[in-house]
Amino acid sequence: MTEMTGAEMVIAALADQGVEHIFGYPGGAVLPIYDAIVQQDKVNHILVRHEQGAVHAAEGYARSTGKVGTVVVTSGPGATNAVTGLTDALCDSVPLVVITGQVPTHLIGNDAFQECDTVGITRPCTKYNYLVKTIDDLPRALHEAFHIAASGRPGPVVVDIPKDIQFARGAYFKPKEFQHRGYRPKVKGDLDKIKEAIDMMAAAKRPLFYTGGGLINSGRAACDLLRELVKLTGFPITSTLMGLGAFPAADKQWLGMLGMHGTWEANWSMHDCDLMIAVGARFDDRITGRLDAFSPGSKKIHIDIDPSSINKNVKADLAIVGDCAHVLEDMVRLWRASAIVPDKKALQAWWEQIGTWRAKNSLAFRNSNEIIKPQYAIQRLYELTKDRDTYITTEVGQHQMWAAQFYPFQEPNRWMTSGGLGTMGYGLPASVGVQLAHPGSLVIDIAGEASVLMTMQELSTAVQYDLPVKIFILNNQYMGMVRQWQELLHGKRYAHSYTEALPDFVKLAEAYHAHGIRCTHPGELDEKIREMIDVKKPVLFDCVVDPAENCFPMIPSGRAHNEMLLGDAATRVEDAVTEAGKVMV
Amino acid sequence: MNTTATATTHYPASTATEQVETRILCVLVDNEPGVLARVIGLFAGRGYNIDSLTVSETEHEKHLSRITVVTRGTPMVIEQIKNQLDRLVPVHRVVDLTTGGPALQRELAMVKVRGKGEHRVEALRLADAFRARVIDASPESFVFEITGASDKIDSFVNLMLPLGLVEVSRTGVVAISRGPEGM
Repeated sequence: MTEMTGAEMVIAALADQGVEHIFGYPGGAVLPIYDAIVQQDKVNHILVRHEQGAVHAAEGYARSTGKVGTVVVTSGPGATNAVTGLTDALCDSVPLVVITGQVPTHLIGNDAFQECDTVGITRPCTKYNYLVKTIDDLPRALHEAFHIAASGRPGPVVVDIPKDIQFARGAYFKPKEFQHRGYRPKVKGDLDKIKEAIDMMAAAKRPLFYTGGGLINSGRAACDLLRELVKLTGFPITSTLMGLGAFPAADKQWLGMLGMHGTWEANWSMHDCDLMIAVGARFDDRITGRLDAFSPGSKKIHIDIDPSSINKNVKADLAIVGDCAHVLEDMVRLWRASAIVPDKKALQAWWEQIGTWRAKNSLAFRNSNEIIKPQYAIQRLYELTKDRDTYITTEVGQHQMWAAQFYPFQEPNRWMTSGGLGTMGYGLPASVGVQLAHPGSLVIDIAGEASVLMTMQELSTAVQYDLPVKIFILNNQYMGMVRQWQELLHGKRYAHSYTEALPDFVKLAEAYHAHGIRCTHPGELDEKIREMIDVKKPVLFDCVVDPAENCFPMIPSGRAHNEMLLGDAATRVEDAVTEAGKVMV
Repeated sequence: MNTTATATTHYPASTATEQVETRILCVLVDNEPGVLARVIGLFAGRGYNIDSLTVSETEHEKHLSRITVVTRGTPMVIEQIKNQLDRLVPVHRVVDLTTGGPALQRELAMVKVRGKGEHRVEALRLADAFRARVIDASPESFVFEITGASDKIDSFVNLMLPLGLVEVSRTGVVAISRGPEGM
């Protein structure tokens, strides 16, 4: 035990937890912490331009490394600006510790300057939060925050520290024992149930793995075990937006992403399978579509660390509560140990059926020599970056779905996107966090021009810290997904989804001391993407694309998986069905 | 585009209606600041019902409080409520006393009645029948204390209505399982 001030305890706890970088923005109620930050060199502080950016940057850092992301912001507006990021992290289960300053304890409740009820406001958007009212509680709160953020289903934790506590002196220690005896996330799955799952898998005729972000959160080991199990069984696999990269997209057992903008083969397989093995996925409405028509003929095995995810939207026939890595390890072991002979004939027929769905080529689009199609832009981006050490972040909207469809991921932790909350403005600050964690890597934010303007100021952060992030804007001048829904569902009345006064992104880049590139013709795309990669500075790439392009396939919400809409270029289904397929359908 | 005539809206059809059940849940929590707000906020934020809620510290040394909540929902919603409660960090245990075997439930009420003459006599007579105690009296009023299951208190209050009922203060339901085992 060493005596120190509360502000010094914050630094000591961060250092003890192995934190290298903390994202933040100073203000009156965190001045003692900033005074401690500047007098040490264990923890590196990154100054953002807005507190929302700090939280997204920490999310990018956390998701690309598997470590806890950290943030420090001031009281009042500092804390409220962080709320969007906190909610985003809660929805996508990202481990964060966010330290907020608070007015001195004797002023709490007095409507003091820059006071807000931070624990009250953040209670529903954090996994847990603390208001530390005595210096004796501070070391424990700080260390427990890391434990809670990272264990079980990860999530954001807020530690609200009044300014007088930051000045107060006390004994610093790292607690050995966790105070909340009720908090014990279950990591080992029930072995009897895992055995039952193996039996169900052995008997399945049309099985399917449906995987999600829980695998990425569980870590590399979980992804490797999944790959092993998928290989052993020979079953097809699809994934949610959040789970991309857990299984390599280049593999022939991969069906592509499922859900609202998933592939024809993934969604039809979900609809027609007789056994669904859900691993670390939560049956979100963007996945299930219309619930009463969701995969009507299947038994469902649901593996999740959070019991409240099970039976929330879809009734599971077999629920296994536990960490993916632990459960998958048991599954691989049991599958190997038991002399299971899957019904090869049935599986072959299932794969033939899937083959006919694949032949539909649902991601097809009509390319152009005149105008850049957004899908083509992402295809070229992939071709020119696939052999590099690349990380992709996105904003939210059409470009995000096209990125998920046309940029295949082979490894986990390479894909950072706002899935649950759908936060426009996530990608740029997230890329800052990713680049900081991976200094030598190529970090690209695939963006839309509307989203990126929400947190554009973080380009200044990237410039300040020499973080050469590449902001690849698919500029269609529309809030593309809003426009698409208006076109399909609201009689083509494009209410306020067109931006009439966009900035000149090349000049904007120059104003920020970054590098600007504009590309308007498909013929110059490759050359300009190469330029973007080669420039050792942050780049704003204004890729001017077809403003009318829509994102397909699409399950209009409230419809079933077998009611997908396709773009006009996709092959007609009649042409794609083989003789074997006709027997199955 | 390929839209059918039935698709008048893109919003999901409401899911099939299931039978709504009433349940008594006992929640053991760390007695720390904000814990009640976490529990209530969960119910409010996710649209669950609270029919009755009682909370008090039950083990001082261990800083444990017991929350008894009476709630309603379909079996799927009830399961969600239990799982969501269980996942709150300061929650130790959630026990469903409606389905977890035989249980006792009690509520305490204080009932103020104002009246004279025959009404006063009748109120006293009924109080005696319901084993309610007089805990305050004035020349024209009584305050009764009554303990029992909620429906017994409901009946007593209804009987007092024509006799000059002024106001009622009720604790809400507390419950405990029968037999030697604890929660």
